[in-house]
Amino acid sequence: MTEPFKPELVCPAGTPASLRTAVDAGADAIYCGFQGPTNARNFPGLNFTPEEMEQSARYAQDHGAKILAAINSFPTAGRTDIWKSAIDDAVRIGVDAIIVADIGMARYLHRDHPDQRIHLSVQAGASSPEAINYYCKHFDVKRVVLPRILTVAEIKQVHDAIPCEIEAFVFGNIGMMAEGRCALSSYATGISTNLDGACSAAHCVHYNEDEQGNMTTRLGEFAIDRYSRNESAGYPVICKGRYNSEHKTEYYAFEEPVSLNLTRLLPDLIKAGVTALKIEGRQRSRAYIRNVVSAFRQTVDAYAAGEDPDITDLLALTEGHRQNEGAFRSKTWK
Amino acid sequence: MQSKLSLGPVLFNWSPEQWRDFYFQVADEAPVDTVYIGEVICSKRAPLFEPVLEEVVTRLTEAGKQLIFSTLSETASAVDRRLVERTASADEFFIEANDASALEYLEGKPHAIGPHINTFNEESLEFFAENGAKIISLSPEIPKQGIKELAGFAEKLDIELEVQIYGRMGLALSARCYSARAHNRTKDTCQFICDKDLDGMVIETMEGRPFLAINGIQTMSYSCLNLAGEISELQNMGIPRYRISPHSIGTIETCKTFRDLLDGKTSPEKAVEEMKQNTIDAPFSNGFYHDKSGYDWQQA
Repeated sequence: MTEPFKPELVCPAGTPASLRTAVDAGADAIYCGFQGPTNARNFPGLNFTPEEMEQSARYAQDHGAKILAAINSFPTAGRTDIWKSAIDDAVRIGVDAIIVADIGMARYLHRDHPDQRIHLSVQAGASSPEAINYYCKHFDVKRVVLPRILTVAEIKQVHDAIPCEIEAFVFGNIGMMAEGRCALSSYATGISTNLDGACSAAHCVHYNEDEQGNMTTRLGEFAIDRYSRNESAGYPVICKGRYNSEHKTEYYAFEEPVSLNLTRLLPDLIKAGVTALKIEGRQRSRAYIRNVVSAFRQTVDAYAAGEDPDITDLLALTEGHRQNEGAFRSKTWK
Repeated sequence: MQSKLSLGPVLFNWSPEQWRDFYFQVADEAPVDTVYIGEVICSKRAPLFEPVLEEVVTRLTEAGKQLIFSTLSETASAVDRRLVERTASADEFFIEANDASALEYLEGKPHAIGPHINTFNEESLEFFAENGAKIISLSPEIPKQGIKELAGFAEKLDIELEVQIYGRMGLALSARCYSARAHNRTKDTCQFICDKDLDGMVIETMEGRPFLAINGIQTMSYSCLNLAGEISELQNMGIPRYRISPHSIGTIETCKTFRDLLDGKTSPEKAVEEMKQNTIDAPFSNGFYHDKSGYDWQQA
């Protein structure tokens, strides 16, 4: 009997310390970005200087893990030099792959650094075999990070029709909108997810408490949620806020504040041909990274050994928080 | 060269009769050079207006309009993929791609890149030009400086850049249908409920401030983009094409007003006043252009 395929576990790191934590906890690959607008998690206190990226790459590679540089936001004309120099730095450092989203930056990377391995970011929004094949043909993309809008059955179809590997999100915070093409936050704040790498930029988020202890969350001038003292609330983003329409009031017009947890679907995803399992959360603490990565390490190893893993630890990680399987399980989510 | 005026595709689920009559009126009365048609938002809607498509195409062609067929903006299901293939491989028409899924079919033949594909910089512009793009419509999110830089490159590449100057702005796309969700339905069980909202379903904050507009899987601005005050600046940058996104109210008159504005026959102040009298119930905005929040409005 052939051994079940063992997928790569791809884990986030927002700081060099988190990266070491993820490596030590058993990550096969770590993804991270440079400071500034070149990646989709441009938050204060997060991300790497070129020197930190270099030292972190050595640490990861010396411990048998890969390092993937996310340069996956979209430069406007006149600002491309910042992105190009980030790409040049990542190549010089010797990262194992660069994750890009912008078609122009994919072109630059493939043209000027043809030997560099390219992964297509989820921010590129390539959701069909036709789109993925197009990027593979032009830029020799080796892996696509799939948008979180496909069912497992659709992932299988995509896998059978493309020449590159598939990386799929399995755990963490999921946005509801097609990645790389969402201007909601920009509409409310002027800070752009696509162009500046920041959705719901922290300095635009405000909390107001009323006399009864109810909290209103604002993004720029817009109230995007209101909740009572006993309700738990995640980081405020437009697509997980509550609104009124003429048909419903105070409802989650887009999605409830849930996080993604595909632990139960892992065997199906692996069968569907997913090469790498991705955990979201470059903004998360080291303790969180350690817990999630270790739990996934054990689970993936158990599945690969043909065992039925104990997934209570993984499920417990989101206990008290709402979780679901998003679009992955069935079309009824849509 | 005279600035060209375009009418973007109808983004909403209008009845086939309303859709047909709208395009008949465009053919007869709207001073636009180019008309985009096709279902951009939801593959389920596409069959609805197919019975009237041929007469619309004939009427617009006879009126001397350049016709461009727009492809779907998000492709996931088998139905989506078939629709993109069918539209994009129709050799007799000029096609606007709105998702990377369409690009393979268009390679090497003249085509347009739509506003739902990110063209933010010169490298992207060059890539699309190399593969046959002739017209590129920019995302309304790009600020003035970005448009200006792009305009310089586009001229050298023989690409005509197009800028949306009017209408609600598409801000996001999703796999999920939010029109259906507001009625406790899903995309598969929607019964085409989005046909109730001719210009999108308004979403208000819990404090009662109108914020966004839902159009099936698309989330749009509540405010109506209006770049009347920016037209002459855009013309000075060398932008050759100007795009109006249709609404159920005032679109033909808006086309006339912008035609006059492009020809220097009216002032921005007068144009804005005219348009205010005959538009959807929403304020104007031009914030993205001025590198501010999208809903912001800087008076002309």
